[in-house]
Amino acid sequence: MKYHHTGRRQTGMVPCRELPLSEKFSRDWTKNKSLYFLFIPVLFYYLIFHYGPMVGLLISFQNYKPSTGFFHSSWVGLKHFKDFFTDFYFQRVFFNTLKISFFTLIFTFPMPIILALLINELRGKLYSRMVQTITYIPHFISIVVVVSIMMDLTCKDGAINQFLSLFDFKPVTMLNDKQYFLPLYVISNIWQNIGWNSIIYLSALTAIDSELYEAAKIDGAGKLRQLLAITLPCLLPTIIIMLILQVGKMFNVGYEKIILMYNPLTYEVADVISTYVYRKGLLEMSWSYSAAVGMFNSVISFLLVWFTNRLSKKVSGNSLW
Amino acid sequence: MNTRITHGERIFNACNIMICALLSLCIIIPIINIVFASLSDPIEVMKHQGLFLRPIKFTTSAYAAVAKNPNIITGYMNTLFIVVTGTTLNIVLTLIGSYVLSRKGVMFNKIFTMMIVFTMYFQGGTIPLYLTVQAVGLTNSRWALILPVAMNTFNLIVMRTAMASVPDSLPESAMMDGAGHARILFSIMAPLTKATVAVITLYYAVYHWNSWFNAMIFLHKKSQYPLQLILREILIQDDTSIMSAGGADALALASDTIKYATIVVATAPILAIYPFLQKYFVKGVMVGAVKG
Repeated sequence: MKYHHTGRRQTGMVPCRELPLSEKFSRDWTKNKSLYFLFIPVLFYYLIFHYGPMVGLLISFQNYKPSTGFFHSSWVGLKHFKDFFTDFYFQRVFFNTLKISFFTLIFTFPMPIILALLINELRGKLYSRMVQTITYIPHFISIVVVVSIMMDLTCKDGAINQFLSLFDFKPVTMLNDKQYFLPLYVISNIWQNIGWNSIIYLSALTAIDSELYEAAKIDGAGKLRQLLAITLPCLLPTIIIMLILQVGKMFNVGYEKIILMYNPLTYEVADVISTYVYRKGLLEMSWSYSAAVGMFNSVISFLLVWFTNRLSKKVSGNSLW
Repeated sequence: MNTRITHGERIFNACNIMICALLSLCIIIPIINIVFASLSDPIEVMKHQGLFLRPIKFTTSAYAAVAKNPNIITGYMNTLFIVVTGTTLNIVLTLIGSYVLSRKGVMFNKIFTMMIVFTMYFQGGTIPLYLTVQAVGLTNSRWALILPVAMNTFNLIVMRTAMASVPDSLPESAMMDGAGHARILFSIMAPLTKATVAVITLYYAVYHWNSWFNAMIFLHKKSQYPLQLILREILIQDDTSIMSAGGADALALASDTIKYATIVVATAPILAIYPFLQKYFVKGVMVGAVKG
């Protein structure tokens, strides 16, 4: 192939002329018509339910009222954004979002990696399968049930207070107490995801060439040395991809879980941008204002993924796109 | 092969087994606790404090009460409808989308892919989605829980990767024999990628079974509520009116055990399927992460 190409150039034969665009289109259409027809429902789905809402974001520049509709509501420019930045609650929801996602990230991210390393070292096949099966279970339990189990365990006469009272701890309904919100959120997150998220690391671990370990053993490397010199470097690309994905999701903190967990007593520490959008928009019907707040969230999320992706491409050569 | 195990390694292995056991216990005990509490006598449950490590005065009366509760039954029916219809639609659309996007030499595929992947990183958000669903006229219909989530981009990409790994010669030879794209997709490509199809079916079904947020914002009639939303009212908002529908006397004594039984009834079906599909997980999760 390569020879053919260079040969052509040297003899100065007619260079392959680009077809005009319209010609390309019509050839593609005759060839792939039926595929495009097949694709119509998919295209419509994305246009209506994904691009529709993106266009709908324009209401954040309007004074949208359901009575006048999208096309007849008056335009107000950046008013709602200005309102949000000077809103009494802006700092609260912004910093809560950052705080909750930051703590969730640093505490939950390493856990599945550690679990995968431990499972990988288990000698008994049956035992290792059992540990996997058990740790995956919470991933399949709905958030409603997870939160209600949490409520049951942490209420005033629940098992956790029972246990802590052995150490002279005064029983409290933990979900009504500001100081327990974040720990409960993070711990339940670990409980839900540690097993499921370890799958990907486990399969990356099994893909490591066992000859590497043999060679290291012959050279006299101990377990720790093997971990640092072989296992972790081999896991690094997976870890980085997962980290990018997590950082990208930072502004989409689990608002469904927060809505179930929080109450007016804990709003001060639990209210995040997405829950604020939900209350302002769907409960108080401030459509345009909440759309503006939501847009702020979406744009920051997007920039965050874009930025981490670029950074990781530069530093390690791993990236999503 | 060097089989000599050093002293240090032996200690490490013992510790490792212990840590894994402890972790598994921490994960399973909250679940077992619920199951045992639901099988205990209501009065004992009221008196008991702490975890249930076995049923106390075994009885299934709570389950009998749950089975008679009209709200829980309609919730169950709605959830079944949504899971079956929603998952079927999900699979059909995901197969179609991934088939088309995995074909080579289709001019617009690049644009389509970009357009679809972009939606993973940028979304309109809750409010514009709500207004869109309203504009399409789906609010107060169970279809509002199906159509807006008719596909999932992550699953689509997982499926596309699986389809792209099928050798081109197979669909091409079928094409020469005169098979159309729809036929190739459903009778050649789908069976060849059945491991991935199985995983994705599980993902979609679990999603539909467990989701409640869309139901909360789009539905306003209790008769349309899926099980999870009924659960939320019983368990988290502590709305006793739902339970008293089963008879007021039942409520007075048994409300806690009924709560536990409801949790079990709502969670068991999913937990019953998943071990059968467990062997496919690695495959599904892997492919998706490689080309996120």
